[in-house]
Amino acid sequence: MVETPPETAQVMSAGDIERALTRIAHEIVEAQRGIDGLVILGIPRRGAPLAHRLGEKLQRIDERFSRDAVGSLDITMYRDDLRSGGARTPEPTDVPPGGIDGATVVLVDDVLYSGRTVRAALDALSDLGRPAAVRLAVLVDRGHRQLPIRADHVGKNLPTSREERVFVQLAEVDDVDPADESVLITRGGRA
Amino acid sequence: MSLRHLLDTSSLSRQDALAILDTAEEMAAVSSREVKKLPTLRGRTVVNLFYEDSTRTRVSFETAAKRLSADVVNFSAKGSSVSKGESLKDTVQTLEAMGADAIVIRHGASGAAAQLAASDWTEAAVINAGDGTHEHPTQALLDALTLRRGWCPAHGRPPRGGDLAGMKVLIVGDILHSRVARSNVWLLTTLGAEVSLAAPATLLPKGISDWPVTVHHSLDAALAADPDAVMMLRIQAERMGGAYFPHAAEYTRRWGLTDERLTVLQQLQMGGTSEPALLLHPGPMNRGVEISAAAADSPQAKILDQVAHGVAVRMAVLHLLLSQNHDDGSTA
Repeated sequence: MVETPPETAQVMSAGDIERALTRIAHEIVEAQRGIDGLVILGIPRRGAPLAHRLGEKLQRIDERFSRDAVGSLDITMYRDDLRSGGARTPEPTDVPPGGIDGATVVLVDDVLYSGRTVRAALDALSDLGRPAAVRLAVLVDRGHRQLPIRADHVGKNLPTSREERVFVQLAEVDDVDPADESVLITRGGRA
Repeated sequence: MSLRHLLDTSSLSRQDALAILDTAEEMAAVSSREVKKLPTLRGRTVVNLFYEDSTRTRVSFETAAKRLSADVVNFSAKGSSVSKGESLKDTVQTLEAMGADAIVIRHGASGAAAQLAASDWTEAAVINAGDGTHEHPTQALLDALTLRRGWCPAHGRPPRGGDLAGMKVLIVGDILHSRVARSNVWLLTTLGAEVSLAAPATLLPKGISDWPVTVHHSLDAALAADPDAVMMLRIQAERMGGAYFPHAAEYTRRWGLTDERLTVLQQLQMGGTSEPALLLHPGPMNRGVEISAAAADSPQAKILDQVAHGVAVRMAVLHLLLSQNHDDGSTA
């Protein structure tokens, strides 16, 4: 087999990411018929800043939306691949002071792939309380699910092959300039 | 994290120590939730192999392992095959055959844990829970977590990711026999703290001049040097009235944290802030000997916090050692 040089293409620009999040925020409000009982939880690492951006947009749509209702949910300790994945230091879990009992929790992540991260997040949520409903918002859905899980709100559906890799670069996590934020796809080679 | 075993703090890198402490921060959050359990180590077996009596450390490790959903097997040497003369090697090979994933060992011989880790008797991760007068790394880590949770917020920083740079920590008591003191000296120095010791000359080890510490030969002089935290060590009953010091009352008068010295401690503040200095004790305490009852119950005493942090630190160590068998770097 011939090793081809890796080939990288941009599939979303900073502007695309911004517009996708704005649309998702409106979709969330529409699905919930308002902002009452909403809790937005980002899955670290890149889901956490995305959740905070969604929180800002929700507040712009309805100023009664409290930024306290945005938090993060670490799933390191709930993964099913800990034996093979290598230990990682858990990121903080930060749940709104009101808890999540009876709330509509929107989980936020950057890329939806196998669905295993979301499975772990659902387990982690059930140890924190009993939400009335759980929804999933992702920036990119690249397919290849290994579990019966789907997203309610998707920034971009991105058909990929398993050999490709998808990278999301955000200012808060990846040390890039806000204007240079992007979603990249790499084909061939090993990234 | 590249650690396979946790044997000592003298070879623990700053990066690994901070990874353990940061993980412990998140574990401590779990301990304050309604469901105090994580599924992380489901189906793994942790063996507590204790050749010396210890209730606190064993219960702490047992609690930590159970909060991570591991199965726990307690093996104490008393009333076991060890009292029939079984060697460490045979005991460990028996546990290995039963499928132990981690062995938490306390042994009276310095280096027992290192021997176990270096041998081919077992594939399990080895955690030193105290070996002779050598080291007790998880105790030092829980002390460091307690110190960091006081020091960083006092300076307006979150504990996570922070170190102890510039913190002055005074350790008082039986340094000679104390594995807690040794582990703390190495770890706290690695984390940037300035460690000083105060002890009778008979209870200081040979070669102390090579340690990265300042030695005080009077507790009052040591307290006058403005420590940010004071750690009182337990004086073991078997050391009293022997060659080390004449009498318990004599020890208390010169080296104990008495009510009079407590008033001095209460004036101390942490490094230029208005936060009071911290008081630590690894327990179990001899009230009225090395620490007065008023001092032990004072608001500055973080002794019960230390116990809670012990569970968090041991959860962190078990998690980090047991979830990294093959590092292929794959992510979801």
